[in-house]
Amino acid sequence: MNAKQLLKGLFIAVPMMTLAACSSTNGVDAADTTNGGSATAGQVAGSDNGVEIDGIERVKSPAEIRQEQVAALAQVNMVFFEFDDSRISASAAEVLQQHADFLVKNPNVTVTIEGHCDERGTPEYNIALGERRAKAVVQYLQNLGVSGAQLSTVSYGEEKPLIRASSNEAYAKNRRGVIVY
Amino acid sequence: MTMMKNKLLTLMSTAVITVLVMLTPAKAALEIVITEGMDSARPIAVVPFRWLGSGPAPVELTEVVAADLLRSGRFNPIPLSAMPQRPATASEIDYPRWAALGVEAVLVGRIEPNGVGRYSVTFEIVDVLRGQITGGTQVLRNGELVRSQDHSLDARTSVIDETQFRQYSHRIADVFYETMTGQRGAFMTRIAYVTVNFNQDKPYELVVADYDGYNEQVLLRSPEPLMSPSWSPDGSKLAYVSFENRRPQIFIQDIYTRKRERVTDYPGINSRPVFSPDGGSLAMVLSKDGNPEIYVMNLAGKQLRRVTNHHAIDTEPNWSPDGKAMVFTSERGGRPQLYSVNLDSGQVRRLTFEGEQNLGGTYTPDGAQVVMVNRSQGNYHIAKQDYPTGVLQILTQTALDESPSLAPNGSMVIYSTTYNNRQVLALVSVDGRFKARLPAREGEVKSPAWSPYLR
Repeated sequence: MNAKQLLKGLFIAVPMMTLAACSSTNGVDAADTTNGGSATAGQVAGSDNGVEIDGIERVKSPAEIRQEQVAALAQVNMVFFEFDDSRISASAAEVLQQHADFLVKNPNVTVTIEGHCDERGTPEYNIALGERRAKAVVQYLQNLGVSGAQLSTVSYGEEKPLIRASSNEAYAKNRRGVIVY
Repeated sequence: MTMMKNKLLTLMSTAVITVLVMLTPAKAALEIVITEGMDSARPIAVVPFRWLGSGPAPVELTEVVAADLLRSGRFNPIPLSAMPQRPATASEIDYPRWAALGVEAVLVGRIEPNGVGRYSVTFEIVDVLRGQITGGTQVLRNGELVRSQDHSLDARTSVIDETQFRQYSHRIADVFYETMTGQRGAFMTRIAYVTVNFNQDKPYELVVADYDGYNEQVLLRSPEPLMSPSWSPDGSKLAYVSFENRRPQIFIQDIYTRKRERVTDYPGINSRPVFSPDGGSLAMVLSKDGNPEIYVMNLAGKQLRRVTNHHAIDTEPNWSPDGKAMVFTSERGGRPQLYSVNLDSGQVRRLTFEGEQNLGGTYTPDGAQVVMVNRSQGNYHIAKQDYPTGVLQILTQTALDESPSLAPNGSMVIYSTTYNNRQVLALVSVDGRFKARLPAREGEVKSPAWSPYLR
């Protein structure tokens, strides 16, 4: 029973009385509440007497915030290209802006840019084209202030299609750059 | 004449079906479907060899011989049911009956036991036309009356053991092919290719098989892509690209000892390794100096020599047969086209002008033609360009054709194409007449590489 655990108990006990109407239970760590004597008492009292237990949001560590941001960015980690083309489209620019904002603020984070192609053309030529696409993404991110040291490239050519089909829709999805954190 | 033609046509269509039926039950991973070109094939007969031992006959050799000759595109073996007799020697041949069928040549032979598990195989290739004129008749030679043998084009006897039947069948087909065409046969060869099956946890496999798909052997399984297998000139090693370390690296693997060596690990692209004709160097594409350029690595000392120097994409090198030049794909003219580079002078010359793009060039073994992937009206087909005429001929009508690789005798191109939404291998003769498909049972098959002659 040290001061830290007592403090935790208080954090639960106090809002229990003052913020009874708040419904959020985020950040309450169930394992913590069983440790401290006062917390246990509060919980037992709470469950017996019809009171509502609540907590406040724990302050996230910078690493946690970054993880959440990366998870959000990973949802939009692809940009698409026209046939035999490596120019960054307007929609791709929007996606890359989000990544650049994050990477500029987090200069220790490194990413790999994968370049991919559709199945038309020869495999070796597509390796070259995929690299050109990956480099176009790198160039774009650098122009937005991202350090070159944070960026590396790999071209998979036509070897790793996103959609395994021979249709224009599949081709459009397969001609892509992927930002991998 | 018309009647004979009709008869022949019937024979030909039957021949295709028969050989397909013969091939299906065996354990070929790649089975052949001939799609075009039997009308130009020469009718021949491969008579089942006579078994002279007691008890059941050993494995049939002639099925393999007939299948080889059929898929060369040059010959159309008539079906067994159409054979008027089953001779085992030239002297037993009733020539007029074979000549009436339009058969040009007959292969006959005998198999005799020769100790435990060993067999003596004798075969003869007989010219039907000449046999009809002189066969079995006595002619005056050097003042002596002798039996003419000039209808017998070749006759040999060999002793083989029971594990060598398939290989020896290919050997017989090689002899037959060379006797009849004057060109060396390429039936004792292999192909290397990459299979992709996303239902496996290691989807990518590097595979080697006999040229007809038999004796398939997986050399490498990987969770990451494998690309561009290429044979050493002695047929013992393969160079290829593997992404197993999450980036492309070039490896050389001995196909017998499994020993493998990582040859490159440069930043950026490491692609398309190709052994020089003397086996001492490896051409490759590296982008370590900024963009894809062609290099040659001396394999003994691992020194690199840069061959191209241009800000546009340069890729897909292939050696000329004498090793003094290369054909490669470059975008220096705006679109991918083929260029040649003289390795002594460094002089670069553009080779192709027809079509929107030309890629993946490879010289024929005589160096007189280049086979490539041509893109016209958005379609990718295998094409051939003659030198010095520069005439370009489209050889295929299949979809998304790529990765052409020539048989060592230059007669046939194996390439990758798309059929029913899957990548499969296909064959086309260099004259464009004969076409066949080799569908895989499962997954995709690509990047075929035809081996050199194997001894």
